[in-house]
Amino acid sequence: MIADDNIVSNAPATVKLADEFEQSGVGSVIKELDEELIGLAPVKQRIREIAALLLVERVRSKFGLVSRAPTLHMSFTGNPGTGKTTVAMRMAEILHKLGYVRRGHVVSVTRDDLVGQYIGHTAPKTKEVLKKAMGGVLFIDEAYYLYRQENERDYGQEAIEILLQVMENNRDDLVVILAGYADKMDRFFRSNAGFRSRVAHHIDFPDYADSDLVAIGEKMLRSLNYRLSEDARAALVDYVSRRRGQPLFANARSIRNALDRARLRQANRLFAERDRELTLDAITTIEPEDIRQSRVFQRDSHSA
Amino acid sequence: MRITQGCFSFLPDLSDDDILIQIQHCIDNGWAVNLEFTDDPHPRNTYWEMWGLPMFDLSDAKAVLMELHACRKVYDDRYIRLSAFDSSHGWESVRISFIVNRPKTEDGFRLDRTAAHGRVQRYATRAYATDRAEGKRYA
Repeated sequence: MIADDNIVSNAPATVKLADEFEQSGVGSVIKELDEELIGLAPVKQRIREIAALLLVERVRSKFGLVSRAPTLHMSFTGNPGTGKTTVAMRMAEILHKLGYVRRGHVVSVTRDDLVGQYIGHTAPKTKEVLKKAMGGVLFIDEAYYLYRQENERDYGQEAIEILLQVMENNRDDLVVILAGYADKMDRFFRSNAGFRSRVAHHIDFPDYADSDLVAIGEKMLRSLNYRLSEDARAALVDYVSRRRGQPLFANARSIRNALDRARLRQANRLFAERDRELTLDAITTIEPEDIRQSRVFQRDSHSA
Repeated sequence: MRITQGCFSFLPDLSDDDILIQIQHCIDNGWAVNLEFTDDPHPRNTYWEMWGLPMFDLSDAKAVLMELHACRKVYDDRYIRLSAFDSSHGWESVRISFIVNRPKTEDGFRLDRTAAHGRVQRYATRAYATDRAEGKRYA
């Protein structure tokens, strides 16, 4: 929470935002975000805007001006695997560094964690989750499942009502982030006007470009102490463009799965020639055949 | 007569902000925070009714304060106390307990004297409040 002690007499004559920025430590988080998250330009832009707003609010409170903490409930929409959860985790850290939330932890829930199974079960369950999220960020994944249009007696409605109440009354105690696929979220907001008006920031996560996905893949491998050989990289580029055209493409998540399978094939390949002396290079390098054996390439030869 | 039991009971009543700091201290130490209420102020009345379940897994004190507000809404005319249980090995007991809500007027206690065998006097303290039925004691 932003301190609201109105000590105007102690207020400095001028304030340099750069110093404030330095002090808050939010710079390093945003820099990390820039470096570690590939692509997602509009998302980063919005996060920078929010950070700037909170920073200015902080400075205003130093001058003793009225500084009302803005509503920061957000909705993240985007296709599967576009980094919604990852960004939510970062968001908590940023908001904590800026002093907007007190603890900066993330409680990640889905419909199951909020909605009960019988009458009277929902309210305590939802409240329990909200209590855990106090002082941090409540991340509701696939929020639209809370509302079941076809069943008006669905207990989800009760959870929604409690959520709305806490989102309004405990605005400075927790930040609620709703996430889900764009079209379903749109429908969800249309049928729940209360949510729409209480969520100030709608952030859309765009699909990754092919080059982004390759970069993400390489980054994932690096963090696991693997690397791609020159040809394997070309194979991955090829893989990404082919995979995108196939059904159930889930951006970065598809890449992660593909790489997990590539690691499996690499291990298999190494095990097949188990009598050979292995070099460090051999264990850490993914070769093109590890990737090219994927079904994505085979399907090409049979049919579409 | 002002009941003095638990921590801080000789201090003026704690404000919500004071309570918040105490709760946060409990949470930071990993203790489970409980809310209990009663309208029998006798010091030997150890087991009070619980408001909800003990609160584990919290990270912020505001959550407990929310429950306290809910409890006050219903039992504003009773004593409410907050206790924190330390489950770590070797402790396994309540580490702190203090009153967070009192009835508007506290009637205090009567001393009953009974003549027993010979000239022996037996003494008992009885809360005036308990002369009335539960739920109507501080109405």
